Amino acid sequence: MTALLTTHGLAKHYGGLRAVDGVDFALRAGEIRAVIGPNGAGKTTFVSLVCGRIAPSAGTIRFDGQDITALPAHQRVRLGIGYTFQITSVFANLSAFDNVALSVQRRIADRGGIAGLRTGVMDALSRTGLADRAGTIAGSLSYGHQRLLEVAMGIALEPRLLILDEPTQGLSDGEIDGFLALIRDIARQATVLLIEHNMQVVMALADRITVLNAGRTLAEGTPDEIRADAAVQQAYLGAPAP
Amino acid sequence: MAFGPHLLLAALEGLVTSAVLALMALGLSLVFGVMRVVNVAHGEFYMLGAVIAWWVASLVTGHPALGFLAALVISPLIVGAIALCAERLVLRRLDYDPEATIVATIGLLYLLQQAALTLYGPEARPVPAPFSYRVLLPWFGYSGYKLSVIASSAVLLLATWFVLTRTRIGLVMRATQYDRETAQAFGIAVDRVYAGVFALGAMLAAIAAVLIVPISQAHYLMGLDPLLLSFIVVIIGGLGSLRGTLVAALLIGLSDGIVSMFFSPTLAKIIATLVVAMVLVFRPQGLFGTAAR
Amino acid sequence: MSGGRSAEGPVWSLHVGVVAGLLLLNFVLPDYHHGVFARILVLAVFAMGYNLLFGYVGLLSLGHAMFFAAGLYGAGLPMVHLGWGVPAAFSTGIVCGLVLALAVGLLALRTSGVAFMIVTMMFAQALALAVLYFGQWTRGDEGLVIAQAQRSLDLGPWRLDFTDPATRYLTALALFAIVLSATLAIVRSRFGRVLVAIRENEERTRMLGYDTFRNKLSAVVISGTICAAAGATYAILFGYVGSSFAGIQYSILPLLWVLLGGSATTLGPLIGTLLMYYLVDGSNDVLKAWLPDWRFSHLGVVGLALILLVLFFPRGLLGTLRQRWAGWLP
Repeated sequence: MTALLTTHGLAKHYGGLRAVDGVDFALRAGEIRAVIGPNGAGKTTFVSLVCGRIAPSAGTIRFDGQDITALPAHQRVRLGIGYTFQITSVFANLSAFDNVALSVQRRIADRGGIAGLRTGVMDALSRTGLADRAGTIAGSLSYGHQRLLEVAMGIALEPRLLILDEPTQGLSDGEIDGFLALIRDIARQATVLLIEHNMQVVMALADRITVLNAGRTLAEGTPDEIRADAAVQQAYLGAPAP
Repeated sequence: MAFGPHLLLAALEGLVTSAVLALMALGLSLVFGVMRVVNVAHGEFYMLGAVIAWWVASLVTGHPALGFLAALVISPLIVGAIALCAERLVLRRLDYDPEATIVATIGLLYLLQQAALTLYGPEARPVPAPFSYRVLLPWFGYSGYKLSVIASSAVLLLATWFVLTRTRIGLVMRATQYDRETAQAFGIAVDRVYAGVFALGAMLAAIAAVLIVPISQAHYLMGLDPLLLSFIVVIIGGLGSLRGTLVAALLIGLSDGIVSMFFSPTLAKIIATLVVAMVLVFRPQGLFGTAAR
Repeated sequence: MSGGRSAEGPVWSLHVGVVAGLLLLNFVLPDYHHGVFARILVLAVFAMGYNLLFGYVGLLSLGHAMFFAAGLYGAGLPMVHLGWGVPAAFSTGIVCGLVLALAVGLLALRTSGVAFMIVTMMFAQALALAVLYFGQWTRGDEGLVIAQAQRSLDLGPWRLDFTDPATRYLTALALFAIVLSATLAIVRSRFGRVLVAIRENEERTRMLGYDTFRNKLSAVVISGTICAAAGATYAILFGYVGSSFAGIQYSILPLLWVLLGGSATTLGPLIGTLLMYYLVDGSNDVLKAWLPDWRFSHLGVVGLALILLVLFFPRGLLGTLRQRWAGWLP
């Protein structure tokens, strides 16, 4: 099995607080992996370390065989690690087109070309169902559409690993169904690392699940294994499994 | 004069500068610390303090001490009132946005400076010192008034420190500085704290100016150099740190006095300015502050 | 910068129209205003350089006088002391601005927000003091006058005499037109889109794979070089090189012009410079006529304008126009 992403003893300490405390993690190319855990378990800190938004206190990160621990975030993106934000942070004063164009022009420039901007943008917008909103200013889109735009910016980078931080947060049930289909579609070309609170979404999508608790890996396995895991139930419910 | 006494004289002059600078920089530091506002017009409050002091002193007849004491009370009050108006009319409407307030206080700087030029004129005018006693040292005589400036400044600084650390007012101010939203949630009238702090900052500058005006004269452009110096002090001391501000004022005041006796003042200023810029670039927490994390 | 390129037509006709209108003014303006306009065009270039950084990237510098002064002295000093001709002096001025902008950018961009404003102000202050310190060459406040004979350029059979009002006006207009087209091209390019993205949300831009530091550094260098070009042109066209141009006031003025005309608009700097110049000029006349004894210099007007703009009109003229009626305005 070749791992696309591995972390070794990855840690982030804030003063005395161990937000991430020695996580060993391996992600196989092509899978959909969900990271779950109670609030404050270190999920967002963990993926922020992976994509380079924050620097680790200890440990190493390897992506596709290359040690990327010291690489700045923007270069990790260019290696193929895409990240979508937990709190929607589209460029509110730019049009939806321009938001996605920023991703597409980056990818095009990296591959030494200049053509194909418009097709690339419209393609990403169509996949997320936003094609008819291209000219709309992002800040005036509905919340659900802004989440979709955020994902469109992510897939327009054509990443090999797409990290989605709570993509369904605040969406209605109907919108979530559309989202599931979209993420399955993305997973045909990219490996997906997903932080998610909604267990139905996790169980429906994930090939494997990693459970974090207090900065450490508590359990890892298929959805069925995790469902049956006593330690996980205790962490979530605060009571020993019967 | 031999080198030793020469140095002593330079150090005394430096202490006077430090004393005035510390008061002024404390005002700037308080305003930045609590409100996160960089008040570029701070030097103009200092200038107004001196100009109003001259005006008050010129109205009072009799012993010079009477005029001086009247100025020491009235001038900071008027300056505080002007600062209060500026806070209500301008800064609050900008919701204390850091960049917008800098632009606005630059505007305020020009406005106050030109108002002083119009109403007070381009002349430099002195205020007579309240007393003219000279302290006789073995090597030279030294102005008793200058020594009293150092003493008064020390007393005022102690008083401010006491208010900030030992009283309810200080607690409220520190709470607001620490976290504006939470302070508001605990029923602190953040709005009034801001107004009070801004007025207090301006009054500290005005007091510094009244103390200095018998030594150097009142002039409508006198605010610019002290503004730059107090910026240097506040940055070197660490933005918003009171103890750092005091240490830096002492350092800058003393070195300013001593350095300018041996070097060209322009060259000294160039070096100081560049050093301060580098401190901001490489040690934004100041030389005496500790890193945030 | 919007999705469609439908606004191509009006954008080009507007900008070409503005330049053509200014060209026409060369032949109709009375002497006094002709001279004023030549000066305004050069200062508007200064403002456009400032706007590129402040408007589009959102970096508020309080020290741009240093770049103008770098161009002014970089061109003026060798002309006065070494007898250099216009082409060499002009290039030197621009190179000085470019190198200074690179150095300042590398240092100042390590900070952000308020610290960036203060650091740029400090660097500019150091340069202004240096101009005074080297008074034996710069003659400080008093400044240097460049000999009339030197301010000309031989182009084969033609001779451009920059002391001639029409040549001066047309040269200023040529610089203005070049910088205007360059600005327009930049802000409508992919690079311009990245700059705006940095202004809107730097962290998000970084997470799309952009080296935001390098993009910001490029913007500082381009902005500084444009301002230096304005400074060098000023020295050559008007033959005066003085320390007041290095002072803090000339760092504040471009900010004021851009705020008034509308930040992040291509034509805002011209409109702001033009209006402010005549506002200051006019208010001086009015004050002198009505209150002859008052000593209220133009700085008071500048101060009042800054406060009123920030309070009530933060988008400026063209910014408001774009928001309300003309979304296509670049």
